[in-house]
Amino acid sequence: MTMIFGVPAAAFYGQLLLGLINGAFYALLSLGLAIIFGLLKIINFAHGAQYMLGAFAAWLLLNMLGINYWTALFLAPLIVGATGVLVERFLLRRIAHIDHIYGLLLTFGLALIIQGVFTNWFGVSGNRYAVPEALRGGMNLGFMFLPYYRAWVVVIALAVCFGVWFMIEKTKLGGYLRAGTENPALMQAFGINVPLLVTLTYGFGVALAAFAGVLAAPIYSVAPGMGANLLIVVFAVVVIGGMGSIMGAILTGLAMGIIEGLTKVYYPEASNTVIFLVMIFVLLFRPSGLFGKEA
Amino acid sequence: MKTMKTVLTAAITAALGVSSAQAQISDNEIRIGYLADMSGIYRDLAGPNGLEALRMAVEDFGGSINGKNIRILSADDRNSPDVASSTVRQWVERDRVDMVQGLIASSVTIAATRVINGTNTLGLVNGSAASSITNEHCTPNHIHWAYDTYPLANGTAAAVVAEGGKDWFILTADYAFGHALENDVRNVVEAAGGRIVNTVRHPLATNDFSSYILQAQASGAQVVGLANAGGDTVNSIITAGEFGLTQAGQSVAALLLFLNDVHALGAETAQGIQLVTGWYWDMDEDARAWADRFYERTNARPSMVQAGIYSSTMHYLRGVEATGSDRAADVRQWMAENPVNDMFAKGGYVREDGRMVHDMYLARVKTPAESSNAWDLYEIIRTIPGDEAFRPLSDSVCSLVNQ
Amino acid sequence: MTPAQTIKANLTELSRQRANRRKWVLYAALLLVALIAPFLAYPVFLMKILCFALFACAFNLLLGYAGLLSFGHAAFLATGGYYTGYVISQNSVTPEVGILIGTFAATVLGTFMGVLSIRRQGIYFAMITLALAQMVFFFYLQADFTGGEDGMHGIDRGHLFGLIDLSNNLSMYYFVLAVFLFGFLVIQRTIHSPFGQVLKAIRENEARATSLGYNTDAYKLVAFVLSAALAGLAGSTKTVVFQLASLTDAHWHMSGEVVLMTLVGGVGTLFGPLVGAAFVVTVEHQLSQSALGDWVNVILGLIFVICVLTFRAGIVGEIQKFMKSNFK
Repeated sequence: MTMIFGVPAAAFYGQLLLGLINGAFYALLSLGLAIIFGLLKIINFAHGAQYMLGAFAAWLLLNMLGINYWTALFLAPLIVGATGVLVERFLLRRIAHIDHIYGLLLTFGLALIIQGVFTNWFGVSGNRYAVPEALRGGMNLGFMFLPYYRAWVVVIALAVCFGVWFMIEKTKLGGYLRAGTENPALMQAFGINVPLLVTLTYGFGVALAAFAGVLAAPIYSVAPGMGANLLIVVFAVVVIGGMGSIMGAILTGLAMGIIEGLTKVYYPEASNTVIFLVMIFVLLFRPSGLFGKEA
Repeated sequence: MKTMKTVLTAAITAALGVSSAQAQISDNEIRIGYLADMSGIYRDLAGPNGLEALRMAVEDFGGSINGKNIRILSADDRNSPDVASSTVRQWVERDRVDMVQGLIASSVTIAATRVINGTNTLGLVNGSAASSITNEHCTPNHIHWAYDTYPLANGTAAAVVAEGGKDWFILTADYAFGHALENDVRNVVEAAGGRIVNTVRHPLATNDFSSYILQAQASGAQVVGLANAGGDTVNSIITAGEFGLTQAGQSVAALLLFLNDVHALGAETAQGIQLVTGWYWDMDEDARAWADRFYERTNARPSMVQAGIYSSTMHYLRGVEATGSDRAADVRQWMAENPVNDMFAKGGYVREDGRMVHDMYLARVKTPAESSNAWDLYEIIRTIPGDEAFRPLSDSVCSLVNQ
Repeated sequence: MTPAQTIKANLTELSRQRANRRKWVLYAALLLVALIAPFLAYPVFLMKILCFALFACAFNLLLGYAGLLSFGHAAFLATGGYYTGYVISQNSVTPEVGILIGTFAATVLGTFMGVLSIRRQGIYFAMITLALAQMVFFFYLQADFTGGEDGMHGIDRGHLFGLIDLSNNLSMYYFVLAVFLFGFLVIQRTIHSPFGQVLKAIRENEARATSLGYNTDAYKLVAFVLSAALAGLAGSTKTVVFQLASLTDAHWHMSGEVVLMTLVGGVGTLFGPLVGAAFVVTVEHQLSQSALGDWVNVILGLIFVICVLTFRAGIVGEIQKFMKSNFK
């Protein structure tokens, strides 16, 4: 049997693939954060809670209204995104003119509230959301058993990530967004409704988090705390990729998923910490992150 | 100097003990402090519903004993030993609380029992798993009631090895509790002629377990033992199901799994898993009757922790009634001298190290076809007699055990 | 100088003196309250407030006066606590020696983290301190001497200087008060020294401070290390009071909590962190023992949001603003 660093090659490939799948989650979440940071310049500390909201929305839609996974995949991000729009319009906008640190603190408080309320309503044990009928089972790849659902996750997550990248980099709407990031005052002068753009951008970033939440619902326990620990990992991803860099967030998300996956094989105890180690090294040598522009 | 102090204290205690005939209820009130996680990850284990179980016990006593009112104080420990230590200290020093109930996270329990050690307050530990609480951390001021890790590891591992599951892969949560559990399992498995193929330690609160499940599959072990707890165990089981672990002929043994976890997983996902529990709501007539009353109040079935809270409080209050005293030493002595026969345990007794010894049960999670409702989850396969279940006193390092 | 100018100058001098006197009266009154407080309230609770107040003051030195938001201050609190606990229980040193060693450990860690982080600003600084603190957390979780998840227990309060028995809550309280006052005075002196003025200049405009010839990195580093040392002192003292050290102190939630305390009290004000710590600790304490126990996190979150939206200057800051505009 061929060995790679002391691990059978087959197992090694399996871990790479799993790392990539987890990386797709990181990419989706950090993409949302990066978009929000790009235009609003705030670190959205509520991102983990909004991811959790997405999963709960899917679960509630199924259990209260009988709405299935495929519909929830569109509906849940829409609903949670709408709450994001309200948050921007009525809370974040009021502090947009001051130090952006306050945005971080406000969303930190929001995260505490959302998570606390859901803990009181639904308990902490979590709920099961069944894998949709069409995606049950899996295939044997020779080196591992791959559940169809995980394959679906990586495909759809990457499609969404690159779709969003394309929209921002190549379309007119994306152009407005980029211009708004560079110089909001000028945009306003050109007759673009910048406040509306900001509101919608925040809502969109939140919707991406919720979308990741729906994707996660069938494979993890749908619990109020599900986003809390994920959040700081995703922060690290965004920082490593370079704040506000869209492609940086996507590629770093995937890369970190793989690095974390391999750590789970070689030194599993450190798998929650390795990303922070990478982050420290990156910031020491490239202060603006891997894909960030030098400030 | 120190020994002299000890001798003196012992003499004083003895002198006071003699006069316990005139023992009294301090402050004319029996004060019970309920300390548990009300807002964090252990909330469902005891939490607000555990407080409800405590209230049931007090109400069953009519809210008073011989005209002395029973008062309940409660606090959220926020899973922090700091908060636990300062809260219990305040209860002991200022509020003169007579009994502390609940006590969930091990770190919280150890902090709390350190504070009450040597005072007149008694601690009744129900939520914590660590068997060290009545071993190296034992004090004359607390009793560990519902369960601990020793029977969990022994019962489950012994049963699984007996059925032929000789080769084990252990997935351990990387902290003191997980290490202790892993160690216990290793001893049992190896003593029974089994073998630990591999162990992997994962950080607490891991997001994704697929990598570990893949390693478990690759190990070729017959049994995958989960030496973790709460959300980590739940997610491990979900992922094991997703990756078809059991279809491929491996089995999962969860070493610490509570009713609320299984309820969250549902019979569909959790079916067939073997586990050890100290109590199950549907195990006999007494248990069922009490669980029905609990259900009416909370709309949930009680966990063994919540049942333990009720049972230990009842036993405590009977002790207060019988001795006419709410001093820790008096009540504890009564509690140790009198067997526990209630909805929780039959013929249970409190050992000198503070362990309440009672039967434990090996259970199997029902299949969806066998399960008639969302809480109908366990089938009791075997009763593990109390004397076999818990750590024998001959292995104890507790300072209270005469050797 | 014209007579009018002279009078004006004298008047200003007079009002300055008056303000100064008012300030000293205020200080004396506060000290008196602190001295009699343990007879009015439960001393252990007061000690908890003082420890967190010192922690928040240390944090505020960095955020309020150097403009650096650290999201990793829990690392210093925990380091102070663990090392103090370790030397007290392993080497049976007296509490003040234990505290000195714990504080020293936090200072060393602070120097290391400071060197790595102070070259960054704003969000990047917050994130790199968070990352470093996560590594520290990992270390304490893994290391044997900390007791991991169970924590380090049974640390003896001991005898101060080998003489004064600290197991007495009252003696313990006055010792903690002395430690707090020491830390508070260090911060007060620092802020009002030329060093503190340069820090403020850096906070306002780092480029300008650099162009004036100041080595801004060196200033920021010194501030960072001082802040870390005082946070460590708070952690060390807390360990002696509660006789335990645990991972709660190293967790990133603790770093968030100290931000909340400082924000509620008033960023960049001398008394803000004290008031904020007292407020947050009291709210948590009261709530967790009330019927609203399970809503603690929600209420803390609400405080955060309300604070950011309506009174960003914090309790003390808002009072100062009010005083300034009404009693000139």
